[in-house]
Amino acid sequence: MYNNKIFNIVVLAKQVPDTRNVGKDAMKEDGTVNRAALPAIFNPEDLSALEMALTIKDKLLENCKITVITMGPVRAADIIREALYRGADQGVVLSDRKFAGSDTLATSYALALAVKKTGHFDLVIAGRQAIDGDTAQVGPQIAEKLNLPQITYSEEIMNITDTRVRVKRRLERGIEIVEAPFPCLLTVHGSAAPCRARNAKKLMKYKHAKTPSELAEPGTENQSRYSQKPFLNIEEWTADHVNAIPERLGLSGSPTKVKKIENVVLVKKESQNINPNEEGIHLLIRELVNTRVIG
Amino acid sequence: MENFYTDNEALKFQLSHPLMRRIVDLKERDYADNNQFDDAPVDFEDAIDSYDRVLEIVGEITGEILAPNAEEVDRVGVRVENNAVVYAPGTQEAHEALTKAGLYGMSLPRRFGGLNFAYVPYVMAAEIVSRGDTAFANIWGLQDCAETLHEFASEEIQQAFLPRVNKGATCSMDLTEPDAGSDLQAVRLKASWDETSQCWRLNGVKRFITNGDADIKLVLARSEEGTTDARGLSYFVYDRAEGATTIRRVENKLGIHGSPTVELVFNNAPAKLVGERRFGLIKYVMSLMNGARLGVAAQAVGLSENACREAERYAAEREQFGKAIKHFPQVYEMLALSRAKTDVARALLYETCRFVDIYKALTLTSKERPLTAEEKTELKYYQKNADLYTPLLKLFATEFCNQVAYDAIQVHGGSGYMKDYPVERLYRDARITNIYEGTTQLQVVAAIRGVGNGQYLNMLREYDSKVAEHVTGYEQELEHLRALVARYEQALAKANAWGTTSETYDFHARRLVELAGYPIMGYVLLLDTLRNNRFARSLRVFLQFAEGETAKHAAIIETFEKDRETDYKY
Repeated sequence: MYNNKIFNIVVLAKQVPDTRNVGKDAMKEDGTVNRAALPAIFNPEDLSALEMALTIKDKLLENCKITVITMGPVRAADIIREALYRGADQGVVLSDRKFAGSDTLATSYALALAVKKTGHFDLVIAGRQAIDGDTAQVGPQIAEKLNLPQITYSEEIMNITDTRVRVKRRLERGIEIVEAPFPCLLTVHGSAAPCRARNAKKLMKYKHAKTPSELAEPGTENQSRYSQKPFLNIEEWTADHVNAIPERLGLSGSPTKVKKIENVVLVKKESQNINPNEEGIHLLIRELVNTRVIG
Repeated sequence: MENFYTDNEALKFQLSHPLMRRIVDLKERDYADNNQFDDAPVDFEDAIDSYDRVLEIVGEITGEILAPNAEEVDRVGVRVENNAVVYAPGTQEAHEALTKAGLYGMSLPRRFGGLNFAYVPYVMAAEIVSRGDTAFANIWGLQDCAETLHEFASEEIQQAFLPRVNKGATCSMDLTEPDAGSDLQAVRLKASWDETSQCWRLNGVKRFITNGDADIKLVLARSEEGTTDARGLSYFVYDRAEGATTIRRVENKLGIHGSPTVELVFNNAPAKLVGERRFGLIKYVMSLMNGARLGVAAQAVGLSENACREAERYAAEREQFGKAIKHFPQVYEMLALSRAKTDVARALLYETCRFVDIYKALTLTSKERPLTAEEKTELKYYQKNADLYTPLLKLFATEFCNQVAYDAIQVHGGSGYMKDYPVERLYRDARITNIYEGTTQLQVVAAIRGVGNGQYLNMLREYDSKVAEHVTGYEQELEHLRALVARYEQALAKANAWGTTSETYDFHARRLVELAGYPIMGYVLLLDTLRNNRFARSLRVFLQFAEGETAKHAAIIETFEKDRETDYKY
């Protein structure tokens, strides 16, 4: 497929707070996540999305170009570097104070504009959902805004031709195999193949790659390197670059309002301890039969 | 997320050794590659940062893939299908992950697709891999064959074979034959020049070949008809794609089940000559073996680290008589000794690597330009040290690894004997390390030269003067070391009186080598401790252990009468 023609894939990835390490400063007073207080990681399902793109690139080699877009603060450039280490061709950080506080509607608006700005694309791949919000809305909303067919919960690409992709979807009660014409959007389920490790040479090549904002930070040495080696420059787009309407961004573009944050502490109710002995096992079996869990 | 590099600070510590600057400067030759290769470093700090980050990838793949797969790989083993070896699925997954991560060909120049890493980080990767899966360490470690091709083969052969290594081509060194094991001079596999097709043809059998179905095989063969000794042997490279070998069997082994050991027949197999005729064994294989011995030492240290951790974990969790068993003196002595042996073997491993690094880099430089007088002296000094330390390292790292694995089972008690815990596998895997690439007894044969010509003593004196200046806080340990050296000299004097060519001297060779080895390891660990006191406990525990071993060996020598070895002969 795609002889002599470049197959363009856009991967959408998010830097998320590592929810496995939530401390007491995790939330701000206004009910949004305090990103500064948590270790930031590559959203796991977005890594699987990247892997899906990379398996396509494994087959098409230089006839395939992967562009990774991430929206977030300056340090979200980490996501682009991590993607470059694994085989992405280029990346864009979509970063602007105007994006702050965006809900899924405002986020998908900004990301859809960014995807459009990359030019011709055949496939957009994103993780199903991010571990900080668990909404699973951004991918489908982008598909709607770009008027693309979408396949959610993708687990594996079964076949790919010049014009179509066939995908296995992982659903609650089984699998479903569907096809869509290009261009289309996939969201990737956590059961998809995990992402490959970073490549040593790519890591050494891109480890100094930076966005203009990072370069402006004090302490960046060897500035001349960035003009000599263009690949070290990570693109950074603001709201203006993607021609966004300010009202549709950030808090003003977000109809979702957080009313209240509550700490839910799970307390054990109606539980009973069963001793790990013969008698205990009898008790347990009797209980399970009585409550019709078994038998 | 398990990472076998970042969870072991002792590794990164070795990257901070003062000699690293010289090593990296030589290896990167003024950092000239940076103009040509995007992944080349701009300066020393950049190179060390790359080592560190790339080792983190090795640690991640090992922690996430190799280690979890190791048990199943051991159970499944390898099989032969259609005259090809099929690795266990877990082995295939590991090989693919390491290949995709671009980690093979780690020490090769960039123009051949390599990472141009120094020996220290390259060997560190081998140690890490071995901690995850000791069997896999062979498949990983045999990329060292590419080093030999790079050192001795023609440009044409290098161009043809070396770039394949980074893309995942596997290697093997085909030396052993049914009647040529430790005594490789007896190799009979025949190489004859084929005038018609203008290539060499190999005919014969190789046995016990680790990873014997590899893509690229380095084969020792008799090219000079009518000869029977080492001078009739040459070195060849054979491409598996030629399809001219038959796999006769894969061995059923005690351990390292994931690593195929193969008997194979060469059927008029077309091959290319590496380097010059007649230098096969005396030059190229000797060089390859030195590299391989370092590799096995790394394998042993990695396994020791693994066994230590398993024992430490179990001893902390297992309770008897109302407390964790690690609180019982007889148990914590085993744990501390295992830790000390692992730490000291690692210290010696990287000390040896540094010697190898400098002499190899200077040798390579000498092919491009004449060396200065100082560089020539430097080259000689480090080559001598590398030759001196390699057998010592192989001997101690692998013997310690066996002891550590043995004690790891002992700490586990009955549970350790069961397949439910990994230590029984480690114990089986450890057993080969002091056998292949030259048994411990053969390492003694190589190392005894350093005893006889006083080179170990010279090194001990050199260390002493190096340490003496800034030993504050460790005066007692230094005194202890000096006492060990004195005991060694005393025993040596007695042995010398028997005559260095006498059988009695030979009979005590291992004891003499060990007597030299204990203080050498002690000094190396003391030097490490002076840079980082995390090793202080291991140092003290090791010195205590060395004291006992030294006393034992010295006592046997001191009470021995010449020719008494006849009592041992049957």
